[in-house]
Amino acid sequence: MADKKIRILIAKPGLDGHDRGAKVIARTLRDAGYEVIYTGLRQSPEQIVASAISEDVDAIGISVLSGAHNYLFPRIIELLKEQGSDDILLFGGGIIPDEDIPPLKELGVAALFTPGAPLSDIVGFLSERYAS
Amino acid sequence: MGNKQQWTETTLAKSLARGKERKEFKSTSGVPLERLATPEDLHEDYDTALGYPGQYPFTRGVQPTMYRGRLWTMRQYAGFATAEESNKRYKYLLSQGQTGLSIAFDLPTQIGYDSDDPLATGEIGRVGVAIDSTKDMEILFDGIPMDKVSTSMTINAPAVVLLAFYIAAAEKQGVTADKLNGTTQNDILKEYAARGTYIFPPAPSMRLVTNLFGYCSANTPLWNTISISGYHMREAGCSAAQEIAFTLADGIAYVEAAINAGMDVDDFAGRLAFFFASHNNLLEEVAKFRAARRLWAKIMKERFHAKKERSMMLRFHTQTAGCTLTAQQPDNNIVRVAVQSLAAVMGGTQSLHTNSKDEALALPTEESVRIALRTQQIIGYESGVADTIDPLAGSYYVEDLTNKLQAKAEEYIARIDDIGGAVKAVEVGFIQREITDSAYEYQKAVEVKDQIVVGQNEFMVEKVPVGALHKIDPATADLQIKKVTEVRKNRNQDNVKEKLAALRAAATDADTNLMPYILDCARIYCTEGEICNELRAVFGEYRATEVL
Repeated sequence: MADKKIRILIAKPGLDGHDRGAKVIARTLRDAGYEVIYTGLRQSPEQIVASAISEDVDAIGISVLSGAHNYLFPRIIELLKEQGSDDILLFGGGIIPDEDIPPLKELGVAALFTPGAPLSDIVGFLSERYAS
Repeated sequence: MGNKQQWTETTLAKSLARGKERKEFKSTSGVPLERLATPEDLHEDYDTALGYPGQYPFTRGVQPTMYRGRLWTMRQYAGFATAEESNKRYKYLLSQGQTGLSIAFDLPTQIGYDSDDPLATGEIGRVGVAIDSTKDMEILFDGIPMDKVSTSMTINAPAVVLLAFYIAAAEKQGVTADKLNGTTQNDILKEYAARGTYIFPPAPSMRLVTNLFGYCSANTPLWNTISISGYHMREAGCSAAQEIAFTLADGIAYVEAAINAGMDVDDFAGRLAFFFASHNNLLEEVAKFRAARRLWAKIMKERFHAKKERSMMLRFHTQTAGCTLTAQQPDNNIVRVAVQSLAAVMGGTQSLHTNSKDEALALPTEESVRIALRTQQIIGYESGVADTIDPLAGSYYVEDLTNKLQAKAEEYIARIDDIGGAVKAVEVGFIQREITDSAYEYQKAVEVKDQIVVGQNEFMVEKVPVGALHKIDPATADLQIKKVTEVRKNRNQDNVKEKLAALRAAATDADTNLMPYILDCARIYCTEGEICNELRAVFGEYRATEVL
């Protein structure tokens, strides 16, 4: 990994309290050498984007299990664009039906991990991105 | 030298010299598992350690005849979209032989926001039904006689409000509060620890919990005032022993809070109920339920000096473990649910929810819910395990494991006592950290295949398309927002203002029971958001300290 550690914001948007996945991913990425900031629960898209910018992160990973993904991901992308911060990578995970994945990727979500995804896939995805 | 030792040194040693065992065997709680339990592993006196069903320490069950009298209540947790939609699902479930209702509320309802609150955007009707006022509750129970059905409500921070809506809706049906039978989850501590639908800080939240106890002990004698829940902490990752310990530690905190509020332990303890998960490890789970029952009885008798036997009974609901369901090869989940249900029944549960095979992917379809319900019915009517009481008692292994789980749970409870009790343990993040540690360890084990998850990290197939999934109609949100706007328009506004002001004034006095004030608001169609906002103004909101 480069001199400057890659910074990742792990966020729980919306009202959903199921944070097991978010916390496990946060620890996994921390152990893989990333600098991880975890927002905690009930973050609005506005709060997540504001934290991402003020913490100067390279990527945002969000976890949604409540079915609100088709609102939350597009809204975060929209806000990142508005703030001129769409260089920040957005990825996510949760209970996201197959047919919802292509439209979200089209909008700019870099990767989506669904139930059962190995941790190594998520770490692998990021290390590929930040290899050079 | 005992015979077991002799066997270990001779026959077993020879076999192990020829070939090792598959792996090191440990329970989810980290307890090394006995290769072979024998009478030598049991040192207890039957009458004091096990006793008889319906008698202290209730190891063998809380009722004298258990399922020979009546099978457990088959209670499927359900709710989605609008009250109209959910009402249809409830009627379907009742027509299929389900014996109790269990309401799933959407997240805005669980956190005290009306459907037209900006914070509700995207979440309306998603994980449960949206209920904004008594009006929605009336629709939810349209055509379902509220004096005949028992209803469990998964509602915590605003439990007082939803119970008030329920009572007000029943009054509309001509059913008085004393006829109502059911449960409010009303367990705020595990919300801070694991589930996340808190609103207010711990002190006023504990007041609302005990306000509900107080109101119900005088007005709704059949109502279970709380369902002290280990389920969500287990789902968040803790072990079986931690599940017992954290749940009973929360129970201790509620009993203390009610006693401090001036109640006599025997006036409310008999209405406390519990809620556990049932996982794949069948024998550990059976042992867990038995250990929890025996330990709670001991706590109530020795710590709180309860006099009535009823106060010492741990009566519990069980749900099969959602986190064990795989999105891959979803049909395999039917088998997992069957194993977990068997554990719950052989562990003596009072009611059971069986998860549906497609729940790692979406809310369940009607078809998959039916299979889940049929699983319970097959266990109840065909398997024979319900025909005798506590069928695994006396198994050297299960008794040994019951003892070990109880001992491990007691160690944890002693640690929580040292911290200053469950409220404090949650405030300092102890319970959250323990849960996250266990979850991370488990995931690492899955990653390196120390833990096999069939179909997910072993025995995989190429992804196959799954059948139809349940979909929430996108029009739900607009419809619900329209309904709550209508409700606000068609009521006596002066009356609303007056009752909300009275509630706020009452909230400022910590010794006042708020339930009657909230009921006044519910009867005149104040919305949940309005009621909760009055309380937010006085109590403030909880901000979690994040524990990674």
